[in-house]
Amino acid sequence: MISRFITKTAAISAVVVVSNAVGNYALSKGMQEVGHLVTWQPGPYLQAFADPWVMAGVILLIAWLIFRLALLSWADLSYVITVTSTSYVISALLGKFFLAEEVSPLRWVGIALITVGAVFVGETFPSTTDETGGLAEE
Amino acid sequence: MMRWILVALIVVPGTVGDLLTTVGMKRHGEVNDFSVPGLARLVWQLSRNPYIIVGIVAMAIPFFALMDLLSIAKLSFAVPATASSYLVETALAKYLLGEEVGWKRWAGASLVAIGVMLISI
Repeated sequence: MISRFITKTAAISAVVVVSNAVGNYALSKGMQEVGHLVTWQPGPYLQAFADPWVMAGVILLIAWLIFRLALLSWADLSYVITVTSTSYVISALLGKFFLAEEVSPLRWVGIALITVGAVFVGETFPSTTDETGGLAEE
Repeated sequence: MMRWILVALIVVPGTVGDLLTTVGMKRHGEVNDFSVPGLARLVWQLSRNPYIIVGIVAMAIPFFALMDLLSIAKLSFAVPATASSYLVETALAKYLLGEEVGWKRWAGASLVAIGVMLISI
């Protein structure tokens, strides 16, 4: 029972991290193709959706939001924010290998600290409150 | 002065949004059905959950505040200033939501906050 709970938490956390990083990557790639876009007119935004990268990015970020909410239905907030910050690591690696972005030594140190921090929190039990979310009963 | 108001508009509504969605999801109950119909049902249920609605609206404010902040300040100011929210949210999760935050969670949140600052420099 406990191991199933841990496996489920790890699997959904992974979905949250990957959908966030890949969603941001796809959106930024798509927006570079679409070009400058700051306007109050809805037309240009709707046209941007026709770009396959923009569409993929938006779909992935909607999935990210839904799975993050699902994860919060059982896992602590102090667990979720820290463990899912590893999306920064995935984003940096995507930038390095697919966009040929330079990763400075200081950024590698930052990536290492985020990874170690997430591992620390990942070792704690994900859920320490009941279904009231810690608020007193009504 | 303006830049610190924008930092507050990123950290405070973002934190409030996370706290509200956490309470809303705990009250909704543990999600176990990850099939497409199950997730569609979840979205339908959450669209009538006031904690989730207000929480998501609150989380949209930082998005626009960050765009404004980036138009008057550098990324190397904006991201480190907002990295503090990891520690603010961990503290509020402990004192408002009653989560058990031991040394591993504090250490993890601190390392992540420093790491996020470093990758933005």
